[in-house]
Amino acid sequence: MQIARVIGTVVSTQKNKKFEGAKLMLVQPLNMDDTPRGHALIAVDGVGAGVDEKVLVVLEGRAAGEALGKKAAPVDAAIIGIIDTVTIDGD
Amino acid sequence: MQLARVIGDVVMTRKDEHLTGIKLLLVQPLTPGREPAGRPLVAVDSVGAGVGEEVFFVRGREASFPFYPAEPPVDAGIVGIVDHWDLG
Repeated sequence: MQIARVIGTVVSTQKNKKFEGAKLMLVQPLNMDDTPRGHALIAVDGVGAGVDEKVLVVLEGRAAGEALGKKAAPVDAAIIGIIDTVTIDGD
Repeated sequence: MQLARVIGDVVMTRKDEHLTGIKLLLVQPLTPGREPAGRPLVAVDSVGAGVGEEVFFVRGREASFPFYPAEPPVDAGIVGIVDHWDLG
């Protein structure tokens, strides 16, 4: 899994039917110091996350499909939690 | 999934039999600021996307799921045409 910040939302009308009812969020993966790491990606939201929240994202198809609650969904990323705190040893 | 723009298409005559009838498009991944994000790649289309449109695509074996029960040997697939996105 990866720590990321929700930076936006995506609206799509014409899409695979497995996405119906799902929220599509733009998430920016983060380094441990909260700086951006790599490119932003789209994740389905399984937990009701909002913009600016720090979240945990799973980057694997089967797990993302389970988070979405649909079998054989063409997804590869899902938000599976909203992070309260991250403690790194030595902080 | 990732944002992308469709920048072209790919036509093949001799190909894996499971690719028959499946449209192949060339996509350029995008940042939310519409800058290129890495190199273009080829993705299968299952939503009727066309050149110039902004789409989102899935990576991995899940790219074949829209074609179920067929299982084309693909690793990237367009799964939605994007109306717009909003940045917080």
